[in-house]
Amino acid sequence: MGFQILIQLIITGLAWGSIYACIALGFVLIFKSTDIFNFAQPELMMFGAYIAFTLITTLKLPFVLGFFCALILMVLIGSLLEMMVVRPMIGEPVLAVIMVTLGLANVLRGLTGLFWGYEELQFPSPFPEEPLIIFGAAINQAEIYTILATAILLVIFFLFFKYSGAGISMRATAEDTRTAFLMGINVKGVFTASWAIASLVATIAGVFLASFTFLEPIMGHVGLKALPAIILGGLDSVHGAIIGGLIIGVTENLAGFYLEDYLGSGINEITAYVIVLIVMMIRPYGLFGTKEIERV
Amino acid sequence: MAVTRFCVRTYEQDLRIFPSLAARISLIIFGLVLLGLPFFVGKYVVFVACVCGVSVISALGLNILTGYTGLISLGHAAFMGIGAYTAAILSSKAGFPFVAALPLAGLMAAAIGAVVGVPTLRLKGLYLVVTTLAFQFITEHVIYHWESLTLSDRGIILPSPALLGYKLDTYESFYYVILFFAVAAAMFTKNLAMSRTGRAFVAVRDRDIAAEIIGIHLAKYKILAFVISSFIAGLAGALYAYLMGLIGPDHFTFNQSILYIAMIIVGGLGTVFGSVIGAVFMVLLPEVISAVTGPIASAYPTFSPRVGAISVIVYGLVIIGFLLFEPDGLFGIWIKIKRYWKPWPFTY
Repeated sequence: MGFQILIQLIITGLAWGSIYACIALGFVLIFKSTDIFNFAQPELMMFGAYIAFTLITTLKLPFVLGFFCALILMVLIGSLLEMMVVRPMIGEPVLAVIMVTLGLANVLRGLTGLFWGYEELQFPSPFPEEPLIIFGAAINQAEIYTILATAILLVIFFLFFKYSGAGISMRATAEDTRTAFLMGINVKGVFTASWAIASLVATIAGVFLASFTFLEPIMGHVGLKALPAIILGGLDSVHGAIIGGLIIGVTENLAGFYLEDYLGSGINEITAYVIVLIVMMIRPYGLFGTKEIERV
Repeated sequence: MAVTRFCVRTYEQDLRIFPSLAARISLIIFGLVLLGLPFFVGKYVVFVACVCGVSVISALGLNILTGYTGLISLGHAAFMGIGAYTAAILSSKAGFPFVAALPLAGLMAAAIGAVVGVPTLRLKGLYLVVTTLAFQFITEHVIYHWESLTLSDRGIILPSPALLGYKLDTYESFYYVILFFAVAAAMFTKNLAMSRTGRAFVAVRDRDIAAEIIGIHLAKYKILAFVISSFIAGLAGALYAYLMGLIGPDHFTFNQSILYIAMIIVGGLGTVFGSVIGAVFMVLLPEVISAVTGPIASAYPTFSPRVGAISVIVYGLVIIGFLLFEPDGLFGIWIKIKRYWKPWPFTY
């Protein structure tokens, strides 16, 4: 019995971890190319999920079509936000940059509240309802699909960054913006592309998250847990973000079940933040991040 | 980031707290207006003024940390919460009087501030932001789940404060207490900024490694900034708790922390004047918004739960707008207006 519960917890943890990993991927992409830490990333996820919801339920589009339309819309929105709001802030002090994205997060959250209200909405899940039995453990199928989809997505991104021209120019810009610019890379295009990709990944995360939970404006707080994931993985490491996300997802699920008796209910909500504090004490640059050397 | 003052010729002139006669006269008039306010306006306006006062105190505390020392904190509301809950628990369970609970609330917050400050010796920028964010969420969680102490979301009811035998159970009487602390906090911050400590803070903000080289003890000043800032925040939180009479966990959330940063940005980073008008601006903004949206909500009752979203949007737009178009905040606008009129009618 204990074994089944363990499997169940780990798979649920991996599903949540995949969501965190997707959001963390967006964070890291934007941070690496533009040095901007995008606190609006969780809200982009939420906004994308709501748009998909409207396209599917109100406009009665089939799920896959609605999903793709939502992706396209969110890519446009993300690019527009980058051009209008974020680009003037490049190179500004950290506080200003953070506050602009927090302001953006407020606007997106407010718009969501205004258009869709604050009630929980039931997202039309495309996945079969009945649980899948693995080694005697009942697993929600949506969670399995989430893990699979994230894995496929990450492979696609890996190939994109490794082999495509656009991917290579994004890596070059992340490495050294100025040199990349001198080598004739369209740096502005790369900035916009990183926001576009980040919104795309966020929307995918949002739709999957909504399909095994509810759709509500508080979703943004779930997305904020991607922050501990990137700190754990290292701020500037893409694969670190993914591994960090998975570790955080699994740990908080296990902690929520096994430590609840000792530390009180709801301990899983802050496990991620406790982990982040420990990481900060021991290894602030994370598992895979580069250690910064500062000179005056 | 910094707004330069008008040119001065002597050190005495530079060290004056209020640079000109006009500034002093306008301050005296402003002070008289504030003192007389409860006699001319209604109860609700006094209540809003009290909230403004508490926010001013808290924003001043955050400005010492973020504006002067350059350490960004997304956990300021958590420090206020610690102060508020310390005061609430001491006065409602242990029967501490107002005069004892208030400083103890500040000290409690300061002690925790010192602990939170320790990681700043190694971390800065984004890492510090995430650490304080983690602190904010953990504090929120503890307040919510330590039910035997904090009564969770039922909140704690505070006895009405008494000072020297007088009961301060009306908003009008408590207004003067808050006014006193707000003025004291402003004077303290202004003086601090001009002292050795304040200048060391600014040096740490501008380039901490360089500051260390010229002999500023980084560890001491960074932790000191945290201690002072969280002490003031704890005090503000305790005053807020007494003002409300009932506090719950949702008064000190992450969004509140963002609101305080928004206040000092809208007002102007690293200036006392900026914290004051920034706080007042951000407290009055929802009042103005609800004055506009209130009729809409009552006209369309089905829409009324969503009206709150409008103020969230406006907050976001105000923050973005200031950062994009006027990074020096309202204080910067004020300086620009003064500069414009100084050589008037000659425009050069």
